[in-house]
Order: sequence, then structure tokens, then C-alpha cells
Amino acid sequence: MSEKTSRTPVSLQSVRESDPHLQPAAKNPIVVERVIALNFIAAMLSFVGFLWAYIVNAQAWKLGATFGGGMTFLGIGLIAWGKYLMPRGPFVEERHILSSTQDERNAMSDAIVKRGGGVIQRRKFLGGLLGGSMALVGAASIWPLLRSLGPLPKGTLFHTDWRKGSYAVDQSGRRIHKNDLAVGSIVTVFPEGKQNTDNGQAVDQTVIIRISNEDYTTQKGRESWAPHGYVAYSKLCTHLGCPVGLYEQQLQLLVCPCHQSMFDVTNGALPNFGPAPRPLPQLPLYIDANGYIRAQSDFHEPVGPGFWERS
Amino acid sequence: MSEAVATKRAKREALGPYGRVGNVINELDERLGIAKGGRTFLDKIFPDHWSFMLGEIALYSFVVLLATGVFLTFYYIPSSAIVTYHGSYLPLQGQHVTQAYASSVDLSFGVRAGLLMRQMHHWACDIFVGSIVVHMARVFFTGAFRKPREANWTVGLTLLILAIGNGFLGYSLPDDLVSGTGLRIAYSIMESIPLVGTYLAFFVFGGNFPGTSMIPRFFVLHVLVIPLIILGLVGAHLFLLVRQKHTQFHGPGRTENNVVGSPMFPVFMAKTTGFLFLVAGVIGLLGAFAQINPIWQFGPYDAARISYAVQPDWYMGFLDGALRIFPAWSFHSFGHTIPLEVTIPAVVLPGIIFNLAFAWPALERKLTGDNAMHHLLDRPSFRPKRTAAGAAVLAFLIILFIGSSTDVIANFMHLSLNSVLWGMRVLTFVVPIITYPIAYYLAKEMQRAPGAGKRKTANVVTRSATGEYIAEAAPAYAEDVHHELEATPVPTFIEPEQSSDNGVRTAPR
Repeated sequence: MSEKTSRTPVSLQSVRESDPHLQPAAKNPIVVERVIALNFIAAMLSFVGFLWAYIVNAQAWKLGATFGGGMTFLGIGLIAWGKYLMPRGPFVEERHILSSTQDERNAMSDAIVKRGGGVIQRRKFLGGLLGGSMALVGAASIWPLLRSLGPLPKGTLFHTDWRKGSYAVDQSGRRIHKNDLAVGSIVTVFPEGKQNTDNGQAVDQTVIIRISNEDYTTQKGRESWAPHGYVAYSKLCTHLGCPVGLYEQQLQLLVCPCHQSMFDVTNGALPNFGPAPRPLPQLPLYIDANGYIRAQSDFHEPVGPGFWERS
Repeated sequence: MSEAVATKRAKREALGPYGRVGNVINELDERLGIAKGGRTFLDKIFPDHWSFMLGEIALYSFVVLLATGVFLTFYYIPSSAIVTYHGSYLPLQGQHVTQAYASSVDLSFGVRAGLLMRQMHHWACDIFVGSIVVHMARVFFTGAFRKPREANWTVGLTLLILAIGNGFLGYSLPDDLVSGTGLRIAYSIMESIPLVGTYLAFFVFGGNFPGTSMIPRFFVLHVLVIPLIILGLVGAHLFLLVRQKHTQFHGPGRTENNVVGSPMFPVFMAKTTGFLFLVAGVIGLLGAFAQINPIWQFGPYDAARISYAVQPDWYMGFLDGALRIFPAWSFHSFGHTIPLEVTIPAVVLPGIIFNLAFAWPALERKLTGDNAMHHLLDRPSFRPKRTAAGAAVLAFLIILFIGSSTDVIANFMHLSLNSVLWGMRVLTFVVPIITYPIAYYLAKEMQRAPGAGKRKTANVVTRSATGEYIAEAAPAYAEDVHHELEATPVPTFIEPEQSSDNGVRTAPR
């Protein structure tokens, strides 16, 4: 039989036992068989190695190497068997037309439109009631389910836990004193009592930076907010709410590591690079008689990223 | 001959030519009627082209995901309760961490093979999503999505979205510093949607970020709800595949009305089972030798802390890149804010891309007026416009993906962050725009090449008796003579002109 005929696909059902399509694809099946056998043996050895590694509690890489190696050998052996030692084909199969005749389609349309539709046509009132019940069962089940998922946002979006007179404390709860920071230093603070709460960490987080007074540009209406060069900004990036965790001391920039927004701490934390659209809200500070740093009030605007209800 | 041997033989003969197997088939068929359908199933023909295994990689990495994932659920505790860490990883000793984080570290170090399983699970996920994308590209560029397979394109695309979503949820469960930051960003993206954003974010996270509900909620979604949907859709995907049968490339004896390849049993079964082992093996080796997501180095999540130069898993990269390079255009008016700097890159952009992908089969049908059934695949070069459009979209996504590393690029190449950012902004527009014509004309050229779609033939040099050398191309391989290549009606949008000089016969419209 010529090369060409043997490459012409035949039907599996009509093929005879002597047909070249049923012969293995390999030119030298004995060699292939040996290679496959070696792969299976290697797989068995690997799996024994895996059991050993598991029993002696070996490191993860030994478990992975023996398991992954075994699976790989097994896979290569099996694929090679299928590719080189099994009937080489190619075989052909006819596609059957999936679609029905027009009569059959019409019969189905008829069942829906005439039989089903007719039922509704005759009982329009009942049909309307059924539709109404369905709509209500949807509303009655979906809305409460949705509503129980969480509280409504309301005021929580606009306030933090900072109050008039709140002491600024670090994460361990220690109050920040005016002698604690050298010029150019930074500390993350929370309102006292909230440093270990979820909301305190996620919403109230604020950075206090001590900057040299001569660098500082006072914003209008914020003249008293930064006593002794202590300036406080919300630590939530106004882009997507990541903590603005990097402080570039030389350039006096707060940098958000997520998307590289930069805020000028000497000038009202105005964004001067990156996707953040607004300055970081500033927390008005004062220093009390004992030298502790405290908040004059809450932030005057919502902290963090933008949302619809924000004006 | 002893009596025992004789009875044995008699018994065997009584069973008939197919032995016990035949017996089992008979018994089963009497009750379930399996023989007819079973034979058809065993005889089902699978095309042999290598590109058909891309979907198999996805399927088998999903199998690995299920197996390793079940293992992980035995040890992972989905709770935000704070505990003091007392496990075997010394640097964390005595730290207050969530139970989710503590159990993730414990299952890595305290459970035999735990670290391997965790790393395999993570690698399998990255491979799962990756193979879906490559499989989808194959389906797109060869036109396998055309009538009658539009439904399967939709199912596949839904699977991609679910895979990305579930990957992100799973990445979030260890509650480490990096994953927590990712969740914070996801929260803010939800919050950015006009009108309903804050409600949506509060309902999904059970209140203001982070709260204590997200870990248990995302756990249930990650291990039960979404895997069940994926499993169901994978079933639907395979059912449609079997019912509509495979597409195939042009070749000898291949027509619109048949499928040529290897039978299900035993050839395809051997190859595909072997391939399952191979995929699991490669994932196992990756889990062994390539560290992924070392959460003990990142530390536990703390909403007031952050790490530097951390990127999300690769399939979220395009979103992160879009968020980085989109300008700070917030819109406020009438007492309301629309954070366009978030909404457009993170909500509108993926919305457009995925909806375009969903709509593409219908869109192409409309643009080309081609409503015919297609079972033979296109060579990408024979459909230059489609190929160029797909290449441009891919180029756009790849640039966004690279954009998710602006800081790392700036550091590594000693460039200013500003020039990298502006460079990426320019490339986002320029690269797709120049990709389209390049892909288009490349495709046209390839299509005109005399050997398009054929293997190269040898040049045979002969020396005549007089010493003259004559170079002559050897005849084409028998199967490369494209007399079977009955091109399907060529749509005008996809291929504007018929060329008769490219060696391919084009059927009349």
C-alpha cells in the first residue's frame, strides 16, 4: 500500500484487522517500548522515593521532586504509548447534522405557542396573578438577603474615630509627646483606645510628620493645625485606600507604594504625582499643657478614596 | 489433563469470546442500555493537532486545583479572630495574627507536604488562568468560535472570568500583608461605582473595610460556590464539545462534514490520561522548586502597614497597570463624586474588554454577513482583519500588564518614575495602533506566500552528465496539495479581496 493511501483517513467501523491504519506509528516499536518501560520504571522509583520522603518527613522540595518527577515520567510513558504504539490512524468520523427538520421545529413551536400560550390566553387573570407572585417572591427573598449582608454605609463614610481632644498614640498605645520626634521623623498614630481595633487601623490611621517650620506652607484656614511643625495627614491614599507607607525624607513626599501617588507634606499633602486626585485630608493638631499631641477635631472631609456620596 | 483444568476451560468457553468483560457489558446493557452509546463514545474521533491540548492543560490544572484545594481546606481556618502565633516559624513567635494567617503558615510548616500542596495550588491557579487565555486565543485566531459554537465561546469566557475571580479570592484567604492590600484595593474599586458603590462594598465586605466577615465569606465563595459553578460550566463546555464535535484544520480527507483524528479508546484516552499526569507532574515540580507566595515573609495583614514593590498575581496585572497609568481625573459636581481615576480603568475598561469578547461572535457575523456553519478552522493569516484586531487587543493588555510594574522598571533601569509612567501612557496607545497594521500586512504577506499552509519542500540539486548543476524544488508532500482545501465563504470584513495567486482556491460566494 502506498504512503498516500495509508495517510488517507478511514472509518473506524469499516477498517480491517490487517489495515496499516491499525499499525503502530513507530518505525521501530521495540526501541519505543523500551523507552516507555524505562519511563514507567522511573515513575515507580520516584513514587517509592515519595513514600520514603513522606515517612521521614523530608523537606517540601524532596516531596515535590519525587511526586512531580513520578507524575512526569508516568505521563511521558503513557503519552508515548498512545502516540507511537497504538493504532496510528488517521480515522474519520462523519458529522451528524444536529438540526431538526422544519416540521419538527414547527411542532415544538406549536407546543409552546398554541398549547402553552392557549392555556394562558384562556386564564389571563390567573396568569397576571402568577406573574405578580413570582415578582414578589423574588423581591421578598432577594432584598432581605442582600440587606442582611451588611449595614448601610450612611455616616460611617464621613467620620473617623478622631474627636476633639483625642490623644495621638502609636500602635502600641503610647501617647506621642512633642519631644518624641526629631525634624524629618514620621510616626503612624491612632486615636487613643482605637489603635487595636479594625476600624482604628483601617480608617483612623494617620501619620504625624515633624517638618521644619521654614519649609511649611500654611494653608488658608489651617493656620493653627500644625503646631511646632507637627503636621498630621490621613494615612489612607485618596486613590485606592492603601496606607501611604513610604516617606521620602529629602523631598518631603509621602509615597503610596501601591500606585506611586506622591503627596507634598510641606504643602497640604497636595498630590504632585500619580493617580491620586485629592490631597490627603489633614488632621488639626494641638499640643496640650503636658506636651502631648492631640486632635483639635475629626478630619474635616471624608478620608480615603472617592465615592458617589462624597461632595 | 486434570479434571480441574478441564472445568476451568469449559467455564471460560461458556463465557463466550469476550470473557468476563463481555459478561459485565451484557449485564449493564440489560439494565442501563449502555452498549450503543458506549460504542459511539469509544469510537469518538479527536483531532490530533497540538493546539487542541491547550484546553486540556486548563482542564487538568483544574483537577490539580480541586485535589490540592481539598487538602488545604482540612487545615485552613477561615477566621479573622486574633490569636497569638506559636507555630514552628520562629520570626513570627508571639505575634498577634488572624487565625486565617496562623493556619496558613501552620499548614505550610507544620503539616507534612503542606507547603508543597500550597505551592502546587498556587501554581496550578496561575497555569489554569494562563492556559485558558492561550486556549481562548487559539479559538479566536482560528475562528473556532463561529457558528455553531458561539454558546461554547460564551461558556469559556465566563469560565475565564470565574477563574480570575476565584484566583483573586484564593490569593486573599491567607490574610497576609500583600493579599490584604489587594482586598483593600478591591474594596475601593467597588466603592468607586457611581450610585451603588458604597452599598455594594458594604454588602460584599459586611461593613466598612476590613471588618471580620470577609475571610469567612470569601472562603465559602472560593471553596464552594465558585468551584461548583466552574465545575458545572466545565461540564457544559465538554458536553457542547462532544455534541457539536471538534473543529479541525484543513488537511487530507478533512471536510466540513467529518472529523479526522484518533479514536477515544484507546489512543486518545492514553494520550490524555498521560497528559493529566504530565500537567500534574510539572505543577508538582514547580511546587517543589519554584517558591510562590511566601506569606511568612510578607507577614500578617495590618490595615495600617504596607509592603513595597508587590505585584498581584499575573492575571490581575492588567487592571493594576491600568490603575497606575490612568490620570487623576476625579469628577465632582452637584454634591457628588465620581472617582473616574478608579471607575474608568478598573470598572469600565474590563467591562468593555469582556463585553467585546462576549459580543465578538455576533459582531463578526454581523460585520461579515457570514451566517454559515464552520467546522474547518481558519489559518490566522487567511483572516487578516480578525487577526489584526485580536493582536491589537492582546498588545493593549500586555502593555497594561507591563504597566503594573512601573516602579520596578524605574528602579531596575535607573529611570525616573515619571518617564516610565509617561512612556507607558504613550505605549498604551501607540503599541496597539501599530500592532494592527503590522499584523494585518504580515497576515496578507503570509497568505500570498506560495507556500502558505504547506511544509517547505527540499531543493533537489542534480548534476547532469555534462557537469551542469540543476536546482529543482521537490514535489510537495502529498497531504500538502490543497485540493481538499475548500475554503468556506470568505466574508468581506475579514478578507476584503479574493486572491487567486496565493495557491488557495477561494470558493465562490
